[in-house]
Parts: sequence; structure tokens; C-alpha cells
Amino acid sequence: MPNRDAGSPGAGQPLPPEEVVRFDAELALVLKRYPQDRKASAILPALRIGQRIFGHLAPSVLELAALRLGISPARAREVATFYSMFKTEPTGRHLVEICTNVSCCLAGADRLFEALQQKLKVGNGGTTADGRCTLREVECLASCGTAPAMLVDDEMIERLTLEKVERILGELE
Amino acid sequence: MSETLILTGRWGVSGSHALASYRAAGGYSALEKALRMAPVAIVNEVKASNLRGRGGAGFATGLKWAFLPREVRPRYLAVNADESEPGTFKDRYIIEYEPHMLIEGIAITCWANDIRLAFVYIRGEFAKQSRILEGAIAEAYQAGILGPHVLGRSDFSLDVVVHRGAGAYICGEESALLESLEGKKGYPRLKPPFPAVAGLYGQPTIINNVETIANLPWIMQHGGAAFAALGTGKSGGTRLFCVSGHVNRPGVYEKPVHYNLKRLIMEDCGGVLGDRKVKAVIPGGSSAPVLTGDEIDVSLEFDALKAAGTMAGSGGIIVMDDSTCVVRALLRIAKFYADESCGQCTPCREGAPWMEGILHRIEGGEGAPGDPDRLLQVAGNIGGNTICALGDAAAMPVQSFVKKFRADFERHIAERRCPFAGEAWGKVQESREAFIGGVRA
Repeated sequence: MPNRDAGSPGAGQPLPPEEVVRFDAELALVLKRYPQDRKASAILPALRIGQRIFGHLAPSVLELAALRLGISPARAREVATFYSMFKTEPTGRHLVEICTNVSCCLAGADRLFEALQQKLKVGNGGTTADGRCTLREVECLASCGTAPAMLVDDEMIERLTLEKVERILGELE
Repeated sequence: MSETLILTGRWGVSGSHALASYRAAGGYSALEKALRMAPVAIVNEVKASNLRGRGGAGFATGLKWAFLPREVRPRYLAVNADESEPGTFKDRYIIEYEPHMLIEGIAITCWANDIRLAFVYIRGEFAKQSRILEGAIAEAYQAGILGPHVLGRSDFSLDVVVHRGAGAYICGEESALLESLEGKKGYPRLKPPFPAVAGLYGQPTIINNVETIANLPWIMQHGGAAFAALGTGKSGGTRLFCVSGHVNRPGVYEKPVHYNLKRLIMEDCGGVLGDRKVKAVIPGGSSAPVLTGDEIDVSLEFDALKAAGTMAGSGGIIVMDDSTCVVRALLRIAKFYADESCGQCTPCREGAPWMEGILHRIEGGEGAPGDPDRLLQVAGNIGGNTICALGDAAAMPVQSFVKKFRADFERHIAERRCPFAGEAWGKVQESREAFIGGVRA
């Protein structure tokens, strides 16, 4: 559980050393692209790498990223909680995000979202009982001409129909 | 009449994103030409082109460049590829189909303004587009187009870095974008100082939209006057108009900047689904004040739409037919701004969710007779009272929808229900094809 000590040294679970090595290797490649004295600029890519390797941005992951970039864990946490694509809590194995903004809804996205909720038996932001899927509605994905659209594990799928959505859900492990 | 297609001519061509394909079509010859010109001559050419920013504000690009203080170095370029304004879906296709056109435009911009490091701030949700752009940049480095000696010039080095966002509409606001690039949450900055004077890392910075930059190779190749001649008055060139909603052929249409909105909808997009009537059109992304079906016989040019009481914005055109519940549409728009308010300024942080709440109760049949005026009052207290334009963007749709469709709001309140319930929202229209620059998607 996050508490007021979250993000301070020792607050999180220890991270598996081999995964920390992977994190450092990937981060080193990213850091080459930013001015040497501007490491903090790499916080978004660093958190993205951390989320991919460690599953979600637990306090220990934020602490690791902050340490490597020379910023405070509080600032890493501030960034992690500001951007909607970062997850500070565990989610299902797959993340299904459907756009319900105006253009998608004019093409039926509300009904797809309702159908998804019924099919998965979860509400907005919920995770299925088997831990397979987390479902949430998101804002405009810039697919308005090919609406409705959704992201499944960061990959965009457009021109959705109920059958297409059900097929994609069925293929998720 | 043959139309000039600056940006979309090769969309849909197989492999158009590859360097070899771009070069075979004459790509990078504009950069070669630019490198033989004095930087100031390029800036003058861009001024003469009447190119105006395609991201939303429509500011004159050449003039923006001229604001850079003369002596201060380093300077930076930040290309805004955050494309998050609801209804807007053009920059993604430039990146998908013509990433080298963007890279060439970046190189021209950097040569013209003595910039050695450019960032492309691309929204986090564009995973595929990021990969395509990264691939194109890698090709450009390998070919000596980017790197220590741009096209062999010993006095011009250029690095281009793709910086992916992580889900925040506010980061499309230029100063929030810079904060995000510096590794912070996206809180817009007070202006002045403007980014041209004190931008990224406190240094002079140009921020231009993807489409704006992608026009530069054509302007170099054909001259500013030719670009200006494609448009009208103070607005030159073509524009990418993104049409979505209740039309037969949604998609991205490249048209002269002053093209007629009604013609675009009724002819190019094949009219309204099921031959219904147009009830409402948002002409420039969800922030833009709405037009009624009777008001759409208007030029899409920046100043013309301003005179019509709305704005050309990001070129996102959302069409709603006469079965649409505009209260529900506005509720969804209000929810968007409430969700995306960064929380820095009280009027926006508190006012946007407040408006959403009022709209929610009107749509749910719980509205009170004073609610339409209450909406106007809250909106009036947000607009102009915040650090950035998100406050205005939240207020303008509310003000325009209430003003133009007041009878719909009052009917909801009088009947204590949504009179359009059922078919009015989200008809499933899964059979339509989208036309993306004339290509079927």
C-alpha cells in the first residue's frame, strides 16, 4: 500500500537484480540521446522501461529510476501519477483501453464499451477475476476517421465492431 | 481541376515511408537547395509563404521564427506530434506515410534557425508511429542526412530525438510540452517569456506542429509565393482536414486552406449518413465553438472561421446529424476537459468538472431550470482566467452549444429526460470506409 514513506529508501520490495541490470542497459541507450547534463529529461522513457520490465511502477521502481537520473523519488512519483499511461498499481496481464470520445461514440463506441464491460464482467478500470484483462475508457486516440478505436497493450486497433472486439479479446492469453 | 497535394500525394503508396522511396520521388532535394541558401533567405521565404501553424493557433510560422533572439545559443526545435485534440488525426498519417518529409522539414528548419538539436514530442499512444519515425531517423543518420555533417556540410550538425509522451492532452500545449521534455509533469508555464526567448532548458526554442514542418520541403522547392498562391489572404497552402462523425466517407482531406466547409462535407465526404440533415459541426477540434447546420457554408480559413465566431484550430471536423443529442455530445466533451485539466489553475481544475456535473444531470433528466445559465456563468469564469488555453478550450464548447442549441437543453430539463434517448448516440456504423488522403483505410 502506498503510504507517506512510499518512494523513500527501503519503502518498496527489493527488485530482482537481473532485471535491474536489464533496466540499466536499456536506460543507458536512451540516455545517450539526451544532453549529458539533462538526464532528468529521460524520466518518461525511464518509467516506460521500468513499467515494461517490472510490471508496474512500484515505489522501488520509482526510486531506482530517480536514483539513476539524479532526481528525487518524489519527483519520479509526481511524474508517474501525472501521465495516464503509467501504472503505479498492478493491472491485468493485458490492458484494453477503448476510446469513448465524441467521434468514436458517434460510431458506436459507447455500445462497445458496455459490451466489453458485460463480457469481461468488470467496470471501468476493473481487472477480470482471473487477472487476464484490465479494461478502461480512454480519451481521443486520433483514430476518429477510423472509429471506433482501442489500444490493446499499447497497440492501436481501429474500425472496431462487436465481432472484432470479441475475437481480439478471445485471443488474449 | 487538378489539385495540388503537398502532403498526401504519396499516402498509401507501398513503402512510402522508406528513404529510397522518398528519394526516388525527389525527396531531400529541397534540403540540398536550402543548404545552398543563406538561413535568413529561408526565413524570408517562409514568411512569404503565409504558412500558419497547423497545430491550432494558426500563428504565422515565419514570424514565430523571427522572434528568436539573435545572439543566444544553443537554440532548440521541438516538433509537436502530441496530436490529442479530439477529432484530429492527421499528423499520425504524415508520420506513417511520409516520415522523411517531416525529417527533411526539420532539417530545413534547423538550418534556417541555426539549431543543432531537435526533439519530436510524440504522444505516448502512438507506438506504431514512433517506431516508423525512429526507423526513418535511423535511415537518415546512416545516409548522412542527419548527424555531424548534414548532407556533407562540415558546418552543420543535426541530431533528432524522438521523445514519447505518456498520456496527457495538456502536453500538446507548447510550454507544458517543454516541461514534459525537461522531465516534469506537464504544467503550462506563464508567458511571457515566450518559448522563442526562454524555452527548453531556458534556451530559445521553436515549437511547430508536424504538419507545419512537413510543408517546408515543398515551400523550399516551389517558393513561398507559390505556397501563398494556393491559399488566400494571410493564409497560404493546403491543409489537412480531418472529418469524422456522421458522414459517408470520413477521413483526411488535403484541400486549399480556404476550402468551403459545406462542400467538404456534402461533396468530398459524400454527405451525411442516410441522407439525414446536418445538425451541428465542430470545425476545428473539440475546443472550437460549434456551428449549426445552417452555418456551415463558410470558408475553413483561419480568419474566416474566426469571423464566423469559431476557429480553424487543429483541422478536426466533427459532423453530427439531426438525430444527435447535442447535450450528450457536449457532456462527453466537458468530461474530456475535466479529465485533462492539469490542475494548476483553480478556475479550470474546479470549473471543468463542475460543468461536466451540470451537464450530467441535465442529460440524466435531473436538470434545473437555471442550469443553462449556470453553465454559461461557470464557463465565463474559466475563460481568460487560466495560465494556458485549456481553460478557454473547456469553456468555448459549453458557451457555444448552450447558445446555439438552448432549446435542446431546455427540453431535457422540462421533460426530465433525454428526448433523444435510444438511437441518438452511437449508431453503429461499422461498414464505412475511411478515406485517408484519398486512400481507403
